[in-house]
Amino acid sequence: MGRPPARRASWKAARLTEVRDETPTARTLRLTVPGWPGHLAGQHVDVRLTAEDGYSTQRSYSLAAPADGDVVELTVERVPDGEVSPYLTEIMEVGDEVEIRGPVGGWFVWRPESTAPVLLVAGGSGVVPLMAMLRERRRAGSRVPFRLLYSLGGPDGRYYADELRRPGPGVDVTYLYTRSTPDSWPRPAGRVMLDDLAEGGWPSSFEPDCYVCGPTGFVEAVADLLLALGHAPERIRTERFGPTGG
Amino acid sequence: MAIVSRGFRGRPRAGGDRLPPGQYLVEDFPVLSAGPTPRVPPDRWEFAIDTEDGRTHRWSWQEFKELPQERPAVDIHCVTKWSKLDTHWEGVSLDVLFEDVESAAEYALVHSYGGYTTNLPVEDLLDGKAWIVHSFDGEELSPVHGGPARLLVPHLYFWKSAKWVRGIRLLNEDWPGFWETAGYHEYGDPWREQRYEGD
Repeated sequence: MGRPPARRASWKAARLTEVRDETPTARTLRLTVPGWPGHLAGQHVDVRLTAEDGYSTQRSYSLAAPADGDVVELTVERVPDGEVSPYLTEIMEVGDEVEIRGPVGGWFVWRPESTAPVLLVAGGSGVVPLMAMLRERRRAGSRVPFRLLYSLGGPDGRYYADELRRPGPGVDVTYLYTRSTPDSWPRPAGRVMLDDLAEGGWPSSFEPDCYVCGPTGFVEAVADLLLALGHAPERIRTERFGPTGG
Repeated sequence: MAIVSRGFRGRPRAGGDRLPPGQYLVEDFPVLSAGPTPRVPPDRWEFAIDTEDGRTHRWSWQEFKELPQERPAVDIHCVTKWSKLDTHWEGVSLDVLFEDVESAAEYALVHSYGGYTTNLPVEDLLDGKAWIVHSFDGEELSPVHGGPARLLVPHLYFWKSAKWVRGIRLLNEDWPGFWETAGYHEYGDPWREQRYEGD
């Protein structure tokens, strides 16, 4: 109905050019993908691995940064007993290849022409697509105010720690630790509560666009709290990561 | 020809010929949705079928629960790659709900509490291929999995099995639903790996 015929997104070779360790269990992969069509902040890709005997398997991973020509970045958390993430985080070396297809997903995205304030709420590795939005804001020179609430077990688990230490004007970053905090941290360790979202987020009267990404239980809890604070359901976009997906 | 990833071996292969291309098996039940989980108390729940000429057939929760119930055991396949085998549900076949519905429409737009929509051909809802289910594994369907009731269309990718289902609009033209306008395939057959627009 009125839509132009779509072209099938094809599998493309992606060569690893650079690796950055984020935490002891997560690393960022910089991959060169000739012919990459570009993507929006918040989108993900399918990654396909093929073994010598022809067996192959696929998983989805969020893109961690805006497209830089034909270079894309993924940040991958190693899932214990996973099939794909141990390869991407431990075995794959610079020069090795996987296949990538995408970008995928047209809903959990932030576009730089948007003018509403933005609230990003991350649970653990759910910070990855939200980081792509922060980086896209900077890349595009947007002045839209952003707030990132980043819930995670303890300070050792922070992704992008250096970059988030200096987020730049118009961006506030708040860490919400659930198990252990740095010394003399004002907020006791614990899961995200209503007050965290009330203090670190935006009043619902500002009509912010809210993006929530993390494990299912986290996303459910945060989305319910945002509703309780008066945010409209259509302004709350969610993406759920489970332990499944490894 | 696929590129071989040096050093990748993969797991012992499970699932056999019940696993569509590109899928892997899970034992748990992952949750995917685009926004907050709507919570609909059964006493305020209703399900409706609207025909292309403006007639509406409605069921309250009680009326729905009094219809003949079936217990489908099916394999389900999510576009995000996981598949789950032998899932057990309880609910009402769409054939029962469509019994008194007079319609020649070819297209259905399924809509949910919370605003989600998905489209599929009417023929994919009939002849024992689809149900409105209210129980999973012998328990009431929880809100995160679509309770009080969701559509179950196991032969298509699972985003077609709309959670929190509220009704079906029968249409003479195909109207793309939520994910179908956000880059996903309009039909979504897992055996033909129709994940994304153009596949």
